[in-house]
Amino acid sequence: MINKKVSGPKEALQGLKDGMTLMVGGFGLCGIPENAIQEMVEMGVSGLTCISNNAGVDDFGLGLLLDKKQIKTMISSYVGENAEFERQMLSGELEVILTPQGTLAEKCRAAQAGIPAFYTPAGYGTEVAEGKESREFNGKMYLMEEAYKADFAIVKAWKGDEAGNLIFKGTARNFNPCMAGAGKITVAEVEELVPAGTLDPNQIHTPGIFVQRIYQGEKFEKRIEQLTTRKRD
Amino acid sequence: MALDKNGIAKRIAQEVKDGYFVNLGIGIPTLVANFVREDISVEFQSENGVLGMGPFPFEGEEDADLINAGKQTITTLDGASFFDSATSFSMIRGQHVDLTILGAMEVAENGDIANWKIPGKLVKGMGGAMDLVASAENIIVAMMHTNKRGESKLLKRCSLPLTGVGCVKKIVTNLAVLEVTETGFKLLERAPGVSVEDIQNATEGHLIVEGDIPLMKI
Repeated sequence: MINKKVSGPKEALQGLKDGMTLMVGGFGLCGIPENAIQEMVEMGVSGLTCISNNAGVDDFGLGLLLDKKQIKTMISSYVGENAEFERQMLSGELEVILTPQGTLAEKCRAAQAGIPAFYTPAGYGTEVAEGKESREFNGKMYLMEEAYKADFAIVKAWKGDEAGNLIFKGTARNFNPCMAGAGKITVAEVEELVPAGTLDPNQIHTPGIFVQRIYQGEKFEKRIEQLTTRKRD
Repeated sequence: MALDKNGIAKRIAQEVKDGYFVNLGIGIPTLVANFVREDISVEFQSENGVLGMGPFPFEGEEDADLINAGKQTITTLDGASFFDSATSFSMIRGQHVDLTILGAMEVAENGDIANWKIPGKLVKGMGGAMDLVASAENIIVAMMHTNKRGESKLLKRCSLPLTGVGCVKKIVTNLAVLEVTETGFKLLERAPGVSVEDIQNATEGHLIVEGDIPLMKI
């Protein structure tokens, strides 16, 4: 067993420098690496390019990095929940590259899988297609999209072991398995880190080979963005 | 009388057939789940990674790790599954999802759809809409027939930036059910109390009216 365990986010993020490109897992505030984001705020790294489906809210998630102006470019599919984000985008301080959600996921997965580019119908005939090669297959038009290149991929899982194997919970899985192994270094933050041999190999979602550094997060707030319930009859 | 949002959802629910996997967009489409017949088997997919979505949780039973694509807390039904985002869009792009129901700002008579961006206004992003409209065989648009200024949303050509080209098959509005054909919007049904003339007046694109147009059965 190759032991991937590190002491915490500080050690896990060693080598993260200004101007680097990061993939950050999560959908909204669901399944985000909360402790690693807090650590990046404390590190004060800046000029970052972040590939993440969303950009957090004003005081949580990637919103914390935006608030400190640590992000230069944001690559996302939907960014509507954040007032400081809007301000920086409108003033031109922040570059935003909007990407269809399925394309964003596949550009991560392709990077993980060593596939440099792929064709997708999403965005054909729209402004997303500008500057991209298009091609017809079986009578339908497709766009060529290239895999992302990232220095770090930072993912969050429910359980993990010292070998880096990961298990996710519910819809907190989302982009995390697509990003694991898609950056030069993959950091996994887990709610519960157990010794190798504890998790059933049949139940692993992301094999440890895709993870270089793993730690148990100290604290998880798991904020709910849109609490929606129904009354009991 | 023109339909309200629930009325539109109720009519669209009739398009949901036994054995369908369905993706519902945000807004009116979300309401469709409330009106699907109880004697048929349907599974709802949410593109953030769940198939077999159930109703909202009871108060106090919400789980931060269980949300839909609108980021609302949800529950799951028997037979549900979770998966990553790439797998989720494999279901969509690979046409394993049978029906996509989504809202729109504009639809053109050639099936083009615009629903993600208004120039000069804040752009939030397309989310999964471009993947959904480019991939689905069967797309139904749920929307009001006119915008807040009373202008038609069924146009000759979309004026807003497109989400997808030539992809919409059917439209259900507060006034009518229409099919997108090679020659324009074919009027299939009208809402109770709404005349063909009312629909004609609210439709900028080419409206095809053949014979008597039946009322929607709701």
